Amino acid sequence: MREPGPPMLPLVLEGIGFSAGGRDILSGIDLVLEAGPRTVILGPNGAGKSVLMRICHGLLAPTSGRVLWSHRERPGEPRRQAMVFQRPVLLRRSVLGNLTFALAVVGVPHYEREARAVAALGRVGLAAHARRPARVLSGGEQQRLALARAWMLEPEVLFLDEPTANLDPGAVREIEAIVQSIHASGTKVVMVTHNLGQARRLGDEVVFLDRGRIVERSAIDRFFRTPATAQADAFLKGELPWH
Amino acid sequence: MSTFGAVFGEAFRLIGALDLALLDIVWLSLRVSLSAVLISTVVALPFGAALAVTRFPGRDALVVTVNALLGLPAVVVGLAIYLLLSRAGPLGTFGILFTPAAMVVAQAVLIFPLIAALARQAVADAWREYAEQMRSLGAGPVASSLALLHDLRFSLVTIVLAAFGRAIAEVGAVMIVGGNIDGVTRVMTTAIALETSKGDLPLALGLGIVLLGIVLLLNVGAHLLKERAQRHHA
Amino acid sequence: MALNRRRVAAAFLATALALGAQAQEKSIVVASTTSTEQSGLFGHILPAFAKSTGIAVRVVALGTGQALDVGRRGDADVVFVHDRAAEDRFVAEGYGVDRRDVMYNDFVLIGPKSDPAKVAGGRDVAAALKAIAAARAPFVSRGDKSGTHAAELRYFKDAGVDPGEGKGSWYRETGSGMGPALNTASSMNAYVLADRGTWLAFRNRGELRIVVEGDTRMFNPYGVILVNPAKHPHVKQAEGRAFMDWIVAAEGQAAIAGYKVGGEQLFFPDAKR
Repeated sequence: MREPGPPMLPLVLEGIGFSAGGRDILSGIDLVLEAGPRTVILGPNGAGKSVLMRICHGLLAPTSGRVLWSHRERPGEPRRQAMVFQRPVLLRRSVLGNLTFALAVVGVPHYEREARAVAALGRVGLAAHARRPARVLSGGEQQRLALARAWMLEPEVLFLDEPTANLDPGAVREIEAIVQSIHASGTKVVMVTHNLGQARRLGDEVVFLDRGRIVERSAIDRFFRTPATAQADAFLKGELPWH
Repeated sequence: MSTFGAVFGEAFRLIGALDLALLDIVWLSLRVSLSAVLISTVVALPFGAALAVTRFPGRDALVVTVNALLGLPAVVVGLAIYLLLSRAGPLGTFGILFTPAAMVVAQAVLIFPLIAALARQAVADAWREYAEQMRSLGAGPVASSLALLHDLRFSLVTIVLAAFGRAIAEVGAVMIVGGNIDGVTRVMTTAIALETSKGDLPLALGLGIVLLGIVLLLNVGAHLLKERAQRHHA
Repeated sequence: MALNRRRVAAAFLATALALGAQAQEKSIVVASTTSTEQSGLFGHILPAFAKSTGIAVRVVALGTGQALDVGRRGDADVVFVHDRAAEDRFVAEGYGVDRRDVMYNDFVLIGPKSDPAKVAGGRDVAAALKAIAAARAPFVSRGDKSGTHAAELRYFKDAGVDPGEGKGSWYRETGSGMGPALNTASSMNAYVLADRGTWLAFRNRGELRIVVEGDTRMFNPYGVILVNPAKHPHVKQAEGRAFMDWIVAAEGQAAIAGYKVGGEQLFFPDAKR
């Protein structure tokens, strides 16, 4: 295995704004994400949570402000951050093939790929499905495969955008267990969720977003017990679901 | 026309007789058109995919141009290739005018815009679903294009079949660059044109039915393969 | 991925097959006219030539004008056409050398059974065309700068008729080969000038038949010309000359005379040795 290089974290967002179609989706975001605690991004629909996460991950460029990693990823080297989406995008090939493709993309040599992919499948309980076409898996299995794909490269940060939104309770429990293991293996987890129970189970701290701004940031217990702002209070009481 | 019975009679007679000259013509038609499709596909698929997943100045103009080239008449392609390959033309030294190679070139050029334009559209549609995931994985345009082409392989089969259909049914270009030389560059379509000239309409239409049958057989084969593979991948 | 590479390799193999299948036997390209190809003459005489010399002749059948153009561009080794004036120009401009008479056939005027211009049975082509123009009976012209087209225009001139005046009404220029012109004439019951060979081999006659034949002006001589190797060095001079020598010699001339359709001889050898 390759030397990991100096850590990327902390990630510093400075004065981030993002607008699309003349509408401000994010404005004045200042945020520092440190290695370690699991960060849960909460907020009503349309608050800009997914956009914020995509800006962190580099999928969207902010309209204003700066995204500063302690060390930037070097182009041409395996990525040190990963993201799992609400709906996993799997390639029309075998379960194993999806993983070896991701390894090939980041330049892992041919002879290493299969062993690493098989190991990754074992960690998410999909070893028995290695040769099946990925798109015939159930929704929960597909999401576990997406997690395996993200975990396989041992990223420093893993972004999760509502990873259990469309799944049944059994599948949600499996996904949550995997996310715990990923964190336990040393990966920083940043997650958007609508499921407050999940936020409590998986989160160490909360970043609360409302109308494109960070309104509150606090430890998970304090956020749920004594929210510091009226917006967070209303959100927790279910009065702020939409804008 | 009371000749429709005669037409089908002629078609069945042609097939039944397994005439050697006819077999040669059929074999040459297939060889030329399959070669043209293979060459064109190898270039046009990656080209179309690249047009779908990359952004560069002039890209939209290129897309519009490729789409517009779909309307290019085969005769114009034939004439252009003729002037290029003629001894008096820039590629005359190769001396391939009036050979099957020239016909392959003409058909490959003719179907290139078809494959490229349809592949671009298919890849662009899929790209909306894949783009974020691919960028998240760190896949560049080349890896992304190849992965999408692989994932879209079943739709691409249909595109390639359409291109094959256009190639093998085309007469204007191969007539000009091949010369319809008996036993050398005579294919199904130029043979049909020749028999029409001779006023032997039943034979011409009979050949047409044989051509249709071949294209149909190929399509049935491809369809069955595709169905099987698709069922496997859900 | 390994599988894909194998597939790509197969593709290139198939391509090489198509391109390389061009067997390197001795061969020449002869640009000729639709009348000689479609009447079946070449199918009759070329196997004999190939047998005695081992040279395959690849015939590209076009109108005389186009055939000479192909020769001008150096895309044929020999041209074999029937338009004496154009042939002499071709040689005078230095594109061809060593023109030789080979044979002649004759033109016939074809018309519908109803014969609206009342020309059937005549032997004077100019008088017939004059009558057709006067009756404004439909006439189909090749209009493609072929040898037949050139002959047709000569006869109209002899008749003192400018067919251009009939454009859009009785005079129809199709811009096509002999066969398509005959198909058009057959479908609209028009008069049309054709070479006897193509007419005899033509199957879709409908109401058409010969109305005028035997005018000495309607003799249609064919010549063979070598494309000038000084202008186009790649011309296969030796093989081209072998073909020309053979076709004007006793064996070739006999083969031409021996070709019959429905018991009728189509081409009459007239090589001067």
